[in-house]
Amino acid sequence: MSLKQNLHNLKEKYKGTKMAPAFNAIHTFLYLPNEVTHGGTHIKAADDLKRTMNIVIMALVPCLLFGMFNAGYQHYAAIDGSLRANVLANFFTFDNFWIGIIKVLPLVIVSYGVGLIVEFIFAVIKGHEVEEGYLVTGMLVPLIVPIDTPLWMLAVAVIFGVVIGKEVFGGTGMNILNPALTIRAFLFFAYPTWMSGDKVWVYDAVNRTGTADAISGETILGSYAQNQEVIYSNWDKFAGFIPGSVGETSTLLILLGAAILVFTKIGSWRIILSTFLGAAAMGIIFNQIVAADIITESSKFYGLMNTVWWEHLMIGGLAFGAVFMATDPVTGSQTNKGKWIYGFLIGFISIMIRVFNPAYPEGVFLAILLMNVFAPTIDHYVVQGNVKKRLTRTNVKTA
Amino acid sequence: MGLLSKKDAALITDPLADNNPITIQVLGICSALAITAELKASIVMAVSVLFVLGLGNVVISLMRNIIPSKIRIIVQLIVVATLVIIVDLVLKAFAYELSKTLSVFVGLIITNCIIMGRFEAFALGNGPWKSFLDGVGNSVGYGVILIIVGFFRELLGAGTLLGYPVLGNPIPGELSGLYAYGYENNGFMLLSPMALIVVGIIIWIQRSRNTALIEEN
Repeated sequence: MSLKQNLHNLKEKYKGTKMAPAFNAIHTFLYLPNEVTHGGTHIKAADDLKRTMNIVIMALVPCLLFGMFNAGYQHYAAIDGSLRANVLANFFTFDNFWIGIIKVLPLVIVSYGVGLIVEFIFAVIKGHEVEEGYLVTGMLVPLIVPIDTPLWMLAVAVIFGVVIGKEVFGGTGMNILNPALTIRAFLFFAYPTWMSGDKVWVYDAVNRTGTADAISGETILGSYAQNQEVIYSNWDKFAGFIPGSVGETSTLLILLGAAILVFTKIGSWRIILSTFLGAAAMGIIFNQIVAADIITESSKFYGLMNTVWWEHLMIGGLAFGAVFMATDPVTGSQTNKGKWIYGFLIGFISIMIRVFNPAYPEGVFLAILLMNVFAPTIDHYVVQGNVKKRLTRTNVKTA
Repeated sequence: MGLLSKKDAALITDPLADNNPITIQVLGICSALAITAELKASIVMAVSVLFVLGLGNVVISLMRNIIPSKIRIIVQLIVVATLVIIVDLVLKAFAYELSKTLSVFVGLIITNCIIMGRFEAFALGNGPWKSFLDGVGNSVGYGVILIIVGFFRELLGAGTLLGYPVLGNPIPGELSGLYAYGYENNGFMLLSPMALIVVGIIIWIQRSRNTALIEEN
């Protein structure tokens, strides 16, 4: 008997019992269900929730693989700086990938394992099907945390994020805040020493602190915030050969993911584009402020304000947030005009937080969470505006 | 309970659970968020409110027939302000450090919605003994939630209870207890938003145990 048949029999056996959703989930996760819809008209479309999620995960895979290589590369390059002279030769090596396997894979496994257990428990309690919503979140989470994040912290944060960020609001599709960013925010506020500073971004840097082998891996944002020069070329920044969270360093591969999302019409190009526009606008404003000598080198804002606006788009998590987080169809704006406003403000506020609060050099996740909260308000006013416009156009007298 | 009639006993027990001022009526939330980062502060706040509300209810109840209804809010404010000042001075005299932690929140007991709410809703229409029981019931109901929230926030946020380390020693180099296994304190627990979430979780648990509390849409 095939595995599929076995799972189907299990499903039939537990039908109507409390544990039924759990068995259903395992079956539908791996195979197409045997049931077909009966009677009536129904719409046939290829893009069900599961397939949508799978495409997003596929778009994330390049970032994940790159992140695994980068984990090793940053580690060895921090020990031996000469490796950076010839990036391409020293990047795609098995040694680098091995560190990725032992450090990044556990993050992925814990994220999925814990998250799906929580989803299963809630499905059994609520007595409905397990929702696929966690598939994408589970992949996003390991990509936006520092490489050395202790696994138990990740597990605690995932439980918090899924329960408080999503399940209390009614599960997939009902959440106000992006669950992956809720998890990131929880980690950031709960364990700040593991989420910022110059030690956490490079594998093993924390353990080596205070020893003769000490290494450091300050992020570019961290260096700029302290008015320091960085050693990375613009190509390094764009391609992602820089320290940072696991999967967000490579703007190039994020744009590849964006192309997949936009081509399959899963991610909204309006949000992606307007986020970059908003960030560029704020960057240009800050550049002009520096050019007008309002802020001088003695100011603590100088380093990040003086950063050329297009460089802001490549460094930090802005690109990752714009492409994979802001485009979340549940928590983002739904109307087309709303998407422009929503995206623009995310970019605008991200750079503002980045510059004005050096304690949170990564303002992107805060900006997206903030705009998640405002998205329904934006939509409301866009819809009302539309109603008003149409009423005046048709010249209908109301009341 | 031979001492209290069934009705009187309900005055005390109702606010503890199914008519809790914080989790059901959602009153007094501000202080629940502000001072529950430490268990000790929670306990002192609970006791202070117990004193103010228990005594205040009796005073208002005794005066209920001579207070002109047009100025009753002002009279109530004077009574509660007097009692709060007594609490504040006692704290400053005998627990100065603690009164610094509680800072403005002792003074703000005056504006605690629970107190004005009980004066208006109960003490103005009932005798002193009943009002006393109602005051005690409501302030204990308030205090219980404060203490539960304070317990979890201090335990998970600082690893201590009433200032005593219970999870081991977190100082690097001399780690002991849980910290030796890599455990770390959750700094988020010390921030006010987490108090809101802990109160939310208590409300969630309470309503899923007693579904009669869930409002119809």
